[in-house]
Amino acid sequence: MTRQLLVLGAGTAGTMIANKLRHRLDAGAWEITVVDRDDLHPYQPGYLFLPFGIYTPDQIHRPRHAQLADGVRFVEAEVERVDAEAHRVSLTDGRLLDYDYLVIASGTTPRPDQTPGMLGSQWRRSIFDFYTFEGANALATALQGFDHGRLVVHITEMPIKCPVAPLEFTFLADAWLHERGVRDRVELVFVTPLPGAFTKPVAAEHLGSMLEERKILLEPDFMIERIDDEAKTLVSYDEREIPFDLLVTIPLNMGADFVERSGLGDELNYVPVNKHTLQSKAHADIFAVGDASDIPTSKAGSVAHFSVEIFVDNFLELIAGKPMTGSFDGHANCFIESGDHKGLLIDFNYDTEPLTGSYPLPLAGPMALLKETRRNHLGKLAFRWIYWNVLLPGRPLPLPAHMSMAGKHAVTAATKEE
Amino acid sequence: MPVTTMAGRPIQVNDEGFLTDADEWDEALGAELAAAIGITLTDEHWKAIRFLREDFAEQGETATLRRVSTRGEIPVKRLFELFPQKPTKKMAYVAGLPKPRGCV
Repeated sequence: MTRQLLVLGAGTAGTMIANKLRHRLDAGAWEITVVDRDDLHPYQPGYLFLPFGIYTPDQIHRPRHAQLADGVRFVEAEVERVDAEAHRVSLTDGRLLDYDYLVIASGTTPRPDQTPGMLGSQWRRSIFDFYTFEGANALATALQGFDHGRLVVHITEMPIKCPVAPLEFTFLADAWLHERGVRDRVELVFVTPLPGAFTKPVAAEHLGSMLEERKILLEPDFMIERIDDEAKTLVSYDEREIPFDLLVTIPLNMGADFVERSGLGDELNYVPVNKHTLQSKAHADIFAVGDASDIPTSKAGSVAHFSVEIFVDNFLELIAGKPMTGSFDGHANCFIESGDHKGLLIDFNYDTEPLTGSYPLPLAGPMALLKETRRNHLGKLAFRWIYWNVLLPGRPLPLPAHMSMAGKHAVTAATKEE
Repeated sequence: MPVTTMAGRPIQVNDEGFLTDADEWDEALGAELAAAIGITLTDEHWKAIRFLREDFAEQGETATLRRVSTRGEIPVKRLFELFPQKPTKKMAYVAGLPKPRGCV
């Protein structure tokens, strides 16, 4: 009898898993089905560039089904719930899908509805997000008409998808305002619930001084309670107030609502998993890969990519009745745009924070870690082609899934994450 | 690792004064840790601290502010009043737990 692998979500992780396993599972023995609520696969890193007119909207989207290998069934539907006991997923249109193994790859989504006042009178008037296609485009229009006042970039709560993107946006905004000759008429403020510019000490210090150099004000430890949309002010739980003329906010991020409805999620709808195998702590036949899980590393495409490599080999062992031998180390690496056609690269995992050095080859690089270079910026731009043509089809990319310490410069007493 | 004397016995702590072994904690020590940061524990404080201890025993990790609020059923606003300025850090300190993992 044919066995069923069901993947919920055709984003980065879900698409890669379906494609890699389609090539490695016998088509007669295994059916692979991928469910998504729409057929538009976004190149999400591109959203960062839309507000500044660097990418055009048509460079961002492709059909989801066209990214899937032949022999993978694509179902366009909304998931109602997962019945883990019955090994069955119900869709909101009433259809039922049985599974032998389930991969939850439904990602994380900005939820402006979770902060009082965010969706009030100022939403998409003076309050914008850029983690959605609509938000990034609306912000592009708003920026065109913005030449003076207080521009506030704000993170609601961690964790968020691509935690470096708010800083990148801030650096790009700084460079863009300079280019237009209005930077000295704009007060640029970066507001974060974290104690500093970023989460890991070495990177936080480095990125913090980059904010200072650019005269960008940092407002740390800011836990937002609400937005007073009439006064155009952010209000924190400890009653600090930050006024804005233009607010670019990263709303609370949450996993999919069906995860919550199915009783599979934590307080933010993320699926608790073993952080090395991505197997659900509650159900051995359920995995959560990509942003949908609760693993303690960045919610980022690079993490999805590296963890999929480990997952696929483990999955083949599992269905062969063997123990899973692969162990994901939380490896993430991210290009950080810093404006003026330069960028940084950071590389880290569960145990080691971002360090200086070179990547992927010790000394030779060619990418410099934690240092602004033009090559890192070009690397980021080149990645869009790699994403569509190498990564999503599941072709091998010559980067090791596990992080390496070779070529990196450890920093004394700070190599261990707190 | 530094060792300090609290509640009449030696306690292992890290550089910031957080307990490094959650098993060395008891409620008497909790009260003393709270006093050290200027907090007198009321029943409401204890509700939060006990939730953190129980949740840590189950999850192996210190609960975030949101988790204490949603699962421990104490509004965030109230947690800011009970443990002023840095409630997450202060609750973990008093409960003898590691600082919640830095978000990533």
